[in-house]
Amino acid sequence: MAQLASALVTMILGVLGCAVYFYGSNILLDKIFPTKNGPAQQIARNLRITNTIRPWLFLGPAVLLLTFYLFYPVIDSIRLSFFDRSGDEFVGVSNYVWLFGSDEFFESFRNNMLWLIVVPTAATFFGLVIATMTDRIWWGNIAKSLIFMPMAISFIGASVIWKFIYDFRSGGDAQIGLLNAVVVFFGGEPQNWITIPFWNNFFLMIILIWIQTGFAMVILSAALRGIPDETIEAAVLDGANGVQIFFKIMVPQIWGTIAVVWTTITILVLKVFDIVLAMTNGQWDTQVLANQMFDWMFRGGGDFGRGAVVAIVIMVLVIPIMIWNIKRANAEMEGR
Amino acid sequence: MIASSKRSPLTYLVHATVLFLVVIWTIPTAGLFVSSIRDKDQLSVSGWWTALATSEQRIVDRAQEPKAQVQEGDRFVIRGNLLGESAGSITQFGFSSLEPEAFAVGTVAEMRKGQTLEVTANGDYVLSSPTPWKGSRGQRIFYTAEVPPRFTLDNYREVLSAEGLGQSFLNSLTVTIPATIIPILVAAFAAYALAWMRFPGRALLVAAVVGLLVVPLQMSLIPLLKSYNLIGEFFGVGSKTYVGIWLAHTGFGLPLAIYLLRNYIAGLPGEIIESARVDGASDFDIFRKIVLPLSFPALASFAIFQFLWVWNDLLIAMVFLGNNEEHLVLTGQLRELLGSRGGNWEILTASAFITIIVPLCVFFSLQRYLVRGLLAGSVK
Repeated sequence: MAQLASALVTMILGVLGCAVYFYGSNILLDKIFPTKNGPAQQIARNLRITNTIRPWLFLGPAVLLLTFYLFYPVIDSIRLSFFDRSGDEFVGVSNYVWLFGSDEFFESFRNNMLWLIVVPTAATFFGLVIATMTDRIWWGNIAKSLIFMPMAISFIGASVIWKFIYDFRSGGDAQIGLLNAVVVFFGGEPQNWITIPFWNNFFLMIILIWIQTGFAMVILSAALRGIPDETIEAAVLDGANGVQIFFKIMVPQIWGTIAVVWTTITILVLKVFDIVLAMTNGQWDTQVLANQMFDWMFRGGGDFGRGAVVAIVIMVLVIPIMIWNIKRANAEMEGR
Repeated sequence: MIASSKRSPLTYLVHATVLFLVVIWTIPTAGLFVSSIRDKDQLSVSGWWTALATSEQRIVDRAQEPKAQVQEGDRFVIRGNLLGESAGSITQFGFSSLEPEAFAVGTVAEMRKGQTLEVTANGDYVLSSPTPWKGSRGQRIFYTAEVPPRFTLDNYREVLSAEGLGQSFLNSLTVTIPATIIPILVAAFAAYALAWMRFPGRALLVAAVVGLLVVPLQMSLIPLLKSYNLIGEFFGVGSKTYVGIWLAHTGFGLPLAIYLLRNYIAGLPGEIIESARVDGASDFDIFRKIVLPLSFPALASFAIFQFLWVWNDLLIAMVFLGNNEEHLVLTGQLRELLGSRGGNWEILTASAFITIIVPLCVFFSLQRYLVRGLLAGSVK
């Protein structure tokens, strides 16, 4: 309780601090350069000055935080990738040489590529199918809400949920994991799913697909509603069937949205870490880049050089999406 | 729309498919919840889908110690009950591990040297011997019991106290609330400036925000860990503090916050803002009195996002708050339990449910705003 009280106090102080900064700095600015009364020339001058300064008062904290937490670390990570484990001694490209010579890296790179292909595809596909179908049944909103629900569950919570489903009991005991129970019911042999190399990757991917399908569904459902009815009515009049209408009329019109959903999930997949950490911690050939990076950050007291190199690989994979995003945002700004 | 041409078969197919998908999507969570309120002995031997059925359990127990014996006529007798207070009925029993189900209840089992064992369905047993019972340990009795379904909150009681989840719950709240509010304040001002104020470098800043939107957290971790160690040393408070993690979450949440809010605020009608300017209101007044109240939906959307993200985060908490007992947040605690109590599903399911219950409540009560935020954040 004492902790929560102190947290509340700190919270109020923090929020008050923010408020005091914004109020105080703006009022101070108005006091120093009054624009309400005085000689006209002075007012014009003061107005100019306040209009130059005020944006930066508004932006100040945000710019500082973004610089300290995102901009500077990105630069520093690049620098650290050329330094040794403690970050003190310059070692040239030896971290990169190590990376491209290590089997662990190729394992995680291969797995990451698998994740990148399977998860966005499956989540977008299921999302699109569910969005299309739920739009035309009366209990569609309830269905959507339930499929959307895993979005609220943490990766680690989802991992526990699914680990329970994949649970394996050896030696003829009753299976309490749903998957093995189903397998046994149909006369199959129960398996320890998450330890089967290569295929276990897919059992981990299912968790992320389960979480992300709801996201894809919500966005695509909104896009589908935006399709003008006339285009579909025209197709119906021309005698197109449901499948044709879906693929030739509806999908092309929401192509842009599909791309957005796809890239958003792709970025998430590149950062996936919690699921692998909780399910296998990279054992049985399931390592991925983000978990490998975390591992090197703390392994044996931490190797910052090698950790930074793995981080840079993730960053390089994200850059194409980043450029595409900025271009899209710029185009949109101009359109406004 | 499409179904109108050939209604019935297609419509039924759609209903069936959606129902099937909904069941698949909800069953994992349902299983977790059902398991978390089951008796732990039942949980470990039968699947949660059998929770409502009577379960059969094979149990080994010991009779009372020989010192409890009483002489009745010429025999020495030990009486007791195997089931104790738990409900259920015994169907079979035995006295040897080789044949644990050798005898049906109600029959008398002949053991060595004229000793006999009798067990009835309600758990009462009678051990009888012509010579006094010796030794210090009771006779082993094997039995098979039909146990009715039993639901209990014991699992929750245990994880909240013994496993430290209560403390973690408080820690999670301590981390989450400020880490949700601070970025909103900071981002709202920045978003207004980027949307409605003219200054050099504005386009560049917007592009930077959009770019930072996708920067992987992993790029920031190592340099920040180094900086935190330095700053912690300088102030002599160590590198793992609540203030540290609040600011970290603020920093990482800002790009999305600014992006979402800027999009929304830029879409507000320009006439209102221009006319206020003409009336002599400063930007600070306009922001406070006009923009802030109008942007409530966008602020709420982001608040929900940030709340879910911070509450569910594991990576930042592990790096910036550490793994020590008193600072562990719920996700971190759950991960620890996954390592130390890997097979104890009664602990894991109850703990997992506690970690997901708050986000689920937020999700179901404020889903409207969440959807709106998602749409604003990605479709635009």
